[in-house]
Amino acid sequence: MLTHYTHSLTSGPRRNTHLLLCWLAFFSCSILEPKKNTATKPEEHADREPKPYAHSDPKIAREIQAEEDEDEASRMFRNQYDTDVTTWSPAGRLFQVEYAMEAVKQGSACVGLRSRTHAVLAAANKAASELSSHQRKVFRVADHAGVALAGLTADGRVLSRFLRSECINHAFVYDAPLPVSRLALRLADKAQVCTQRSWKRPYGVGLLVAGLDESGAHLYYNCPSGNYFEYQAFAIGSRSQAAKTFLERRFEGYNDYTPDQLIRDALSAIKETLQGEKLTSSNCTVAIVGRKDDGTVEPFEMIDNKRIQEIIESMEAVEEAPVAAAESSSMQEDKGTDAAPMDI
Amino acid sequence: MAWQQPMDGSHASGSKVAAADGPGTQRTQYPYVTGTSVIALKYKDGVIMACDTGASYGSTLRYKSVERIKAVGKHSLIGASGEFSDFQEILRYLDELTLSDHMWDDGNSLGPKEVHSYLTRVMYNRRNKFDPLWNSLVLGGVKKGPKGEEKYLGMVNMIGTHFEENHIATGFGNHLAIPILRAEWCEDMTFEEAVKLVEKCLLVLLYRDRSSINKFQIAKITTEGATIYPPYSLKTHWGFAAFENPSKGAVGSW
Repeated sequence: MLTHYTHSLTSGPRRNTHLLLCWLAFFSCSILEPKKNTATKPEEHADREPKPYAHSDPKIAREIQAEEDEDEASRMFRNQYDTDVTTWSPAGRLFQVEYAMEAVKQGSACVGLRSRTHAVLAAANKAASELSSHQRKVFRVADHAGVALAGLTADGRVLSRFLRSECINHAFVYDAPLPVSRLALRLADKAQVCTQRSWKRPYGVGLLVAGLDESGAHLYYNCPSGNYFEYQAFAIGSRSQAAKTFLERRFEGYNDYTPDQLIRDALSAIKETLQGEKLTSSNCTVAIVGRKDDGTVEPFEMIDNKRIQEIIESMEAVEEAPVAAAESSSMQEDKGTDAAPMDI
Repeated sequence: MAWQQPMDGSHASGSKVAAADGPGTQRTQYPYVTGTSVIALKYKDGVIMACDTGASYGSTLRYKSVERIKAVGKHSLIGASGEFSDFQEILRYLDELTLSDHMWDDGNSLGPKEVHSYLTRVMYNRRNKFDPLWNSLVLGGVKKGPKGEEKYLGMVNMIGTHFEENHIATGFGNHLAIPILRAEWCEDMTFEEAVKLVEKCLLVLLYRDRSSINKFQIAKITTEGATIYPPYSLKTHWGFAAFENPSKGAVGSW
C-alpha cells in the first residue's frame, strides 16, 4: 500500500496532490479528533481539578458531587441549545432571546413613569471615556411620543428610525398622531420576527416607549423577545432594581402627579441607580410629553440642563423628607392626591 | 400600515385599453350609474347632510331608492355623488378601517378628520394612476377634541382636491345650492333652521337638475351619533299659467 502511494507521489503532479490531501486529512482526523472531544467534556476537567469543598463524609460528598454534575449537565445542555434563535431547549426556552435580554441589563439605566396626562423618561448618561460625549439614550419619535433605550445602542438607533417612520406614515395618511399602543405593537411585531428567523438575531435593546394619545399618557416597555407591557412606572438597564424598588413604593399615586412631581421622581429613581455617585445635570437626561389642563399638547422634549440642575438642587434641599414620607405614602394608598414629599 | 388598493381589473366603470397600458390594466373613462348632488352644512349640534335617493343610468332615472349617505364609525357621515359602484367600494375600505379600529378597543377612534385625510390619500393616489374613483365625497362629523366638541365638514373629489368648509355641495349643487348657502348660512343654526335651509336648496335642485328625483333623505351627526331619516318628498308647485295650455303659442300642426 505504502509503496503504491509513494509511486503515485512521484508520478503526475495533479493526481498526487489530491491523494496527498486525502491522506493528510485521514491522518489528521484520527489524531486531532480525541483532543476536540475532551474540550467539550467539562466534567472530565472537573474530575482532574482538586475539589475545594470535598466533604470528609463520603455520603455527603457523593450528594455534593451529584448536584455539581447536574449543574454541569444543565449548563452543558444550555450550551447545546443556544447556538441559534430557532432552536428550542428541552425546557421550552429560546436561549438566544434570553441572552439578548441580558444585553439590555448591561446598558446604563433608564426609567419611565407616567400620570394620567404626562409621561416622563429619564436616563443615566454613560460616557465611554472622559474625552467622549455620552451615549444618547433618549430619542424623540414624534411630537407626541419618544423612547429611552438600554442595551446595544446601534440597534436602538435603527429601531428609533423605524418608529419615526411609522409615526410619519400614519400622520401622512390620517393627519393624526399614531396611538402609542399601536406604535408599541408594531415595534413588538418587528422584534418578534427576529426571534423566528434562522438568519436573524434578536435586537439587543430594550425600549421604554412613552407617549400621549386620545386616552391619555402611556408608557410601554418593549423587550427583545417581542413582548410588551404597559406600565405606570418602570426601570431597565444596569442597577435598575434599585430604581424599581424606589418606584414600587410610590407608583400608586402617580396618576395624579403634576409634571413637576413626575420629573422629580424620575430623577430620584435615576439617583438610586447611580449608587453613591453624585447626580448632576451632566450625568442624566430627562424628557417629558403631555397634555396641559387647557387641552394643548406639550410635545416630547428633552428638558434643558439648567432646569434639571435647578430641580436637582431643590431636591437636595429636602433630602431627609423623601425617605420618611415614602414610608408613610405607601400606607396612604387612597390619598394619592397628597403633596409629594419634596413639597413639604 | 398603508391603505389597501383594489387589484387592477376589478373596476365596474373601467374600460380596457389594449396593449398601451399593459395587460390587465384599466383606465376609467366614464361613469355608468351616477348619483347627483349632495348638500351638507354645519349647525349648532353637529353636521346635517342631505341628498336625493336616485341613481341615473346616463339620462335614465333608473334607480329610485338608493342610499347615498352612510355613517362611518361613531363620529362621521359620508355622502357621495358620482359613480355608485365606486362609492360602494369606498364604503368597503372604510368598513375595513373602522373594523380594525374598533377591534383595538383602546380608547382611540377614527374621527372625521382622519377619515377625510385617508380618503384624500386614496382618491389622489387613484387619480395619479389614471384610474380614479369617480366620486365627489362629502365627509362630516363631530368629535371631542382637546378644545371640546369639534364639528368637521369637508369634501374630496375624484382628482383629489380636498378642503374643509362650513357648507358643502357637490355636482349641480355647486352651481345652484352654494349661492343660497353662502347667502343664508350662519353659525349655530338650530336643527329646524338647518333643515329649512337644506330643503330650500333641495327644492331648487329638484326643479332645475334633470337627474334629481323627488325623494330625499336627510341625515345628521351629533355627539350622540349618526341619524339617517327615512326618505320623504317635497311639495312642488307646477301651477304656472304657462303650463296650463302648453300648445297655446304653437302655430300649425307641427
